[in-house]
Amino acid sequence: MNNTEEKMSKVSLRLNPLSMHVNPNLFVPASDEEKEELVVIRQGTSLWRDAMRRFRKNKFAMVALVLIIILFLFAFAGPMLSHYDYDQFNQGQEDQNPNWTHPFGTDRFGRDLLVRTMYGARISLSIGVVAAMLTFVIGSLYGSISGFVGGRTDNIMMRIIDVLYSLPDLLVVILLSATLKGPLENILQNSKVFSGISELGPAFFSMLIVFALMYWGTMARIVRGEVLRIKEQEYVLAARAMGANGGRIIRRHILPNCIGPIIVTTTLQIPAAIFTESFLSFIGLGISAPLASLGSMVTDALQGVYSFPTRVVFPSVIIALIILAFNTVGDALRDVLDPRMKK
Amino acid sequence: MLNYVFKRIFSALLAVIILITATFFLMHMVPGSPFLSERMTDSVKANLEKKYGLDKPLTTQYAIYLKQLSQGDMGTSLQKKGRTVTGIIAEKFPYSAKLGLFAIILAVAIGIPLGAIAAIKHEKMIDRLVMLFTTVFISIPGFVLGTLLLVIFCAILKIAPATWSDSPANYVLPVISLSFYPICYITKLTRSSMLETLGQDYIKTAHAKGLSAFVVNFKHALKNSVIPVISYVGPLTAFLITGTFAVEKLFSVPGLGRFFVDSVSNRDYPVIMGTTIFLGCIMVLMNLIVDFIYGMVDPRIKLR
Repeated sequence: MNNTEEKMSKVSLRLNPLSMHVNPNLFVPASDEEKEELVVIRQGTSLWRDAMRRFRKNKFAMVALVLIIILFLFAFAGPMLSHYDYDQFNQGQEDQNPNWTHPFGTDRFGRDLLVRTMYGARISLSIGVVAAMLTFVIGSLYGSISGFVGGRTDNIMMRIIDVLYSLPDLLVVILLSATLKGPLENILQNSKVFSGISELGPAFFSMLIVFALMYWGTMARIVRGEVLRIKEQEYVLAARAMGANGGRIIRRHILPNCIGPIIVTTTLQIPAAIFTESFLSFIGLGISAPLASLGSMVTDALQGVYSFPTRVVFPSVIIALIILAFNTVGDALRDVLDPRMKK
Repeated sequence: MLNYVFKRIFSALLAVIILITATFFLMHMVPGSPFLSERMTDSVKANLEKKYGLDKPLTTQYAIYLKQLSQGDMGTSLQKKGRTVTGIIAEKFPYSAKLGLFAIILAVAIGIPLGAIAAIKHEKMIDRLVMLFTTVFISIPGFVLGTLLLVIFCAILKIAPATWSDSPANYVLPVISLSFYPICYITKLTRSSMLETLGQDYIKTAHAKGLSAFVVNFKHALKNSVIPVISYVGPLTAFLITGTFAVEKLFSVPGLGRFFVDSVSNRDYPVIMGTTIFLGCIMVLMNLIVDFIYGMVDPRIKLR
């Protein structure tokens, strides 16, 4: 700074201010010192750092995140701390209201409802996360292919989704899960490959298949839209003009720019899947005995609702908490990851 | 415009055909037979299957079914002897329709004003309260809310009727549990749409020419903000029809949704087919109608 000012003052002193002559002193190469000063001191902020910073500022989202961690601990670590098992009949302890040995009470077989709720939450969370992963993989592959290739292929692929969307989804889901249950039961019982996971029951897998078949359309549409939009951006054109090949453009420019919406959609898919799972189990087409699901626990509890109202309350509240927590985090992620949301 | 109409109708028809075909073949893939539960000899069973045409190849059965369907005949129930499927639907559907209709009216009547007020009082106390309320209640599935209502009002307070008698009091709790989710959704939708409208230049103009705040907010702004709500009513109908599966079961409403779920577990083929086609057509039709209304109400939307 000092250097420049000195030069400037010399110039103004020596020359007539109205003179049109160009002073050659102004065009000498900059010294190292000067160059140093031009370097930006503040570190650049990336999309992720920026998103993280704004996410942390959202108190609701942080509370919800903590809630999700607690719920996962409750579902996956909780059963280890209990003396009871989810399908263990405790004789002489049937139909208890909440007390110290059974904090959530017991059902008419004497099963501990706290452990059953934990197992139910475990099944709901697993289905939610796995279903979201499935829709993520299928949807983003389908969508990006459709967006990249474009033209007639794109048109046909999107029409398929349109038709899928005009189908009444819950009707199809109910039919599919009723249909798949039987054949899957056979496969799980007869094949050795699946013996390790067969205790999860056919309903678990039939529901996953249903989600994989029915709910990838939203993701595919979003990814396709993003790919189409980004493909036409000037910076992609610039990259292409500088000689970047297709692979580099995809990796460096298209993928990082559509990862935000993908993450948001995947996160919001989790509560949607849990919602459907508990609904199906509630109407008796999902997880069935002896396994526990939050939805089927509510149904079971309804039989004795007039004598034991608390039995209904615990699983219902847990379902609502899980969905609330994931919805809140998903909404907060959308706020921070979608550049259009920036104020 | 005409091109778009044809395209949409074609896509809707295709969806209905796929639905019929998929339902037919899926249903017959379900292991177990409708006559399995009853104790009978093999010859009796074979006779019964012959009577209902279940011994023919699937494709032939499909062709026969399509032919009957085109004449408006959906067959007879296998479980309830002698009842036609159309008769059962005609008996059960009014309950579901009433429930759904009341819920839609309640949702629109509460959701739109609530969302508009929240937007007008943006960032104020009332806005925050409304947002908190909707965020919490949008996460509670209808059947969970219904269960909690049942516990509170039927089991603990004992002020709601516990058995179904088709009285107005019977409709209160089911309608509330059905409408809560749509109320929250419509409120959010109206609020965000209204906020966008309030930032427009023509709202400033309206204020500048001295109109009262009430007229500007409710005549100019709200009118232009409810368009997204219209587009939601289509899926909402679908949601309410499907939502009724659980709520009808919960409050022992003798409606179509509950009957559908029962018929799936009983493998009552003609009833499953009939109900699926009936409900599916209603949903596809609603979406179609709403799409067209959407384009007509807002001239800015160009139908392609």
